[in-house]
Amino acid sequence: MPTVVLGLGNILLGDEGVGVRVVEALEARYDLPPEITVIDGGTSGMDMMDMLAGLDELIVVDALRTDKPPGTIVHLTGDAVPALFRTRISPHQLGLSEVLGALALLDEAPKSLTLVGVAPLDLDLGMALSPTIAAQLDPLVERVVADLRDRGHQVNRKRHA
Amino acid sequence: MRITVDPITRIEGHLRVDCEVEDGKVTNAWSSGQMWRGIELILRGRDPRDAWVFTQRICGVCTTVHAIASVRAVENALDMEIPLNAQYIRNMIVAAHGIHDHIVHFYQLSALDWVDIVSALQADPQAASSLAQSLSGWHRNSAQEFRQVQQRLQAFVDSGQLGVFGSGYWGHEAMILEPEVNLMAVAHYMQALEFQRKANQIVAILGSKTPHIQNLAVGGVANPINFDSQSTLTLERLLQIKRFIDEVGSFVKDVYLIDVAAVGAKYADWTNYGAGVTNYMSVPDLPIDTRGTEFALPGGYISGGDVGTFRPISSYHDDYFRDGVKEDAKHAWYENDAALHPYDGETEPHYTDFQDDGKYSWVKAPTFYDERVQVGPLANVLCMYAAGHEPTQRYTNLALETVGSIAGLGGPLPVDALHSTIGRHAARAVRCAVMHEALGDQWSRLMENIGSGDTDTFNRPVFPAGEVRGYGFHEAPRGVLSHWIVIDDGKIANYQAVVPSTWNAGPRDINDAMGPYEASLMDNPVADPEKPLEVIRTVHSFDPCLACAIHMVDPDNNELVRVKAL
Repeated sequence: MPTVVLGLGNILLGDEGVGVRVVEALEARYDLPPEITVIDGGTSGMDMMDMLAGLDELIVVDALRTDKPPGTIVHLTGDAVPALFRTRISPHQLGLSEVLGALALLDEAPKSLTLVGVAPLDLDLGMALSPTIAAQLDPLVERVVADLRDRGHQVNRKRHA
Repeated sequence: MRITVDPITRIEGHLRVDCEVEDGKVTNAWSSGQMWRGIELILRGRDPRDAWVFTQRICGVCTTVHAIASVRAVENALDMEIPLNAQYIRNMIVAAHGIHDHIVHFYQLSALDWVDIVSALQADPQAASSLAQSLSGWHRNSAQEFRQVQQRLQAFVDSGQLGVFGSGYWGHEAMILEPEVNLMAVAHYMQALEFQRKANQIVAILGSKTPHIQNLAVGGVANPINFDSQSTLTLERLLQIKRFIDEVGSFVKDVYLIDVAAVGAKYADWTNYGAGVTNYMSVPDLPIDTRGTEFALPGGYISGGDVGTFRPISSYHDDYFRDGVKEDAKHAWYENDAALHPYDGETEPHYTDFQDDGKYSWVKAPTFYDERVQVGPLANVLCMYAAGHEPTQRYTNLALETVGSIAGLGGPLPVDALHSTIGRHAARAVRCAVMHEALGDQWSRLMENIGSGDTDTFNRPVFPAGEVRGYGFHEAPRGVLSHWIVIDDGKIANYQAVVPSTWNAGPRDINDAMGPYEASLMDNPVADPEKPLEVIRTVHSFDPCLACAIHMVDPDNNELVRVKAL
């Protein structure tokens, strides 16, 4: 049951990097079984294709543009997810939707897809999360852990973390 | 008539191209972009040894590229020597990343400007296979494979979910390839998805991780070499890398190079469009000594499209490069218009509206000794060709001969045909083949050096009191990248990254001379202003990367390219 938890975002731009911060915290706090791989995807696209091929489950954690107030956590599964990643940043860059599309073309797309998103507050230059989003870090990590446990993975809190 | 092509949805003006079109031709052009100009604010006051960790987050495509340029800048400031093993390991990462990047650019990012997916459905797989086999000995050109690709494509189209193919101008009158050529290209598009992964796996093995490599250090690399330990760079891993190198090589030479030649031959008109700025700059790369004075790949400067004017940039300490670079902001949204050297760079914003004759871009206009220059694979290939680099001359001639033969010209295409939209694609394929050969060479050098008993990978940097300055350059997949650092008492005091797309996408300069994108669009044909495929072809041929690497999900706006014709 190969599973990837993928954190996306730019850590140089405040809350934009929240997805990466969540997967960092997940790895630091929990012992994960061997079938789970945690990836800090940053803002990359095609570089990740190999790691995302042939998965049973892909859980993506990312900042999410939405009308809801900053800090709102959004949890989506299934077909609703890929369409969200269709926005392309530059004519060069291939985003996650292209990677998933390419994997679909090769019959290697993840069997199940989950998005754990959060509405950001501050996308200005800087390495720190805003207090509003930092306060959501724990609930976001717990949301991912709950998703993993729901699917039968053994995810245990590290003793001293 | 004015058309605006704004490929960016979420960030208005991320890269926007405006053209005036009269009688089916572009008569004026503006390139406007939003460029990352904030890295110095993140880095100021930090330890220079950590800078590369942050710079590789600037861009989601060019992660390793910014990491390499950053460590080189600090090493240059400290006048360091780098152990040979570290040079070779870095060089292999550079080469493998470049190969991956070029394959993805041609097939996944620009082939569909020339190849009509829907037309491929009409092809006879047997005829397509015969055609492909007449061009190359590639083992995956069988009618059976092509038939499977066609069926898969048909299923995609039938499902109504075109996915990656959703944004093409299918059926556009400027799409002229026969169905069989289109089918061959689609089959190779799918194979490219496989082979770019193999190239990236080399980066992953050497870099310990991907997409963000972990193995760099100012002074070398953090890969301990020990053939007996599993946690280090072992013989087994090096042999695995060699297998990937060999597999990728067949694809580059028997598929990519041939496909580009075939597209070039069929679209021969496009050797007449898109030249633009024909001053070319590239920097030498793949250092093969400890001081950065000898390189596997040469670089330099060519003036006015004449390879006879080539002047080399010879080392990491060549004042010719260091003293020639300036950026001005007469047409960019910054306070100070003046042309400044990167060590003295200023980034105080001054936003106006989009002013055709005034300021209209966040990208500054870089110059080399006050001239606009084009950077990228075409500049790199022409400079290496001019420098007499044998593999470059061999693959360039092979590409030009193949085009000539497919087009039935009775001889090779002249080198001057490369000053064009299609020439940039051809040069990228040539560079990919050259990089592949260089990758194999660096692998052999590493094996030989380790075999001789040298396992050094790191020299410890020492920071003096007071101020030191340095620059690191790198011939990245999109061209010359340079990082410029000022270090004061061991801390970063200033940092500027002059990225390849700045050179190409910059607006008019202080003398109102057009940048390469702008100049290259002049006289481009535009058959249908509502669907300016031809404009996109020329801009894509540069492999534009203005990715400031923001990656936020946007459920409301899925539009890919917005075109506005007024």
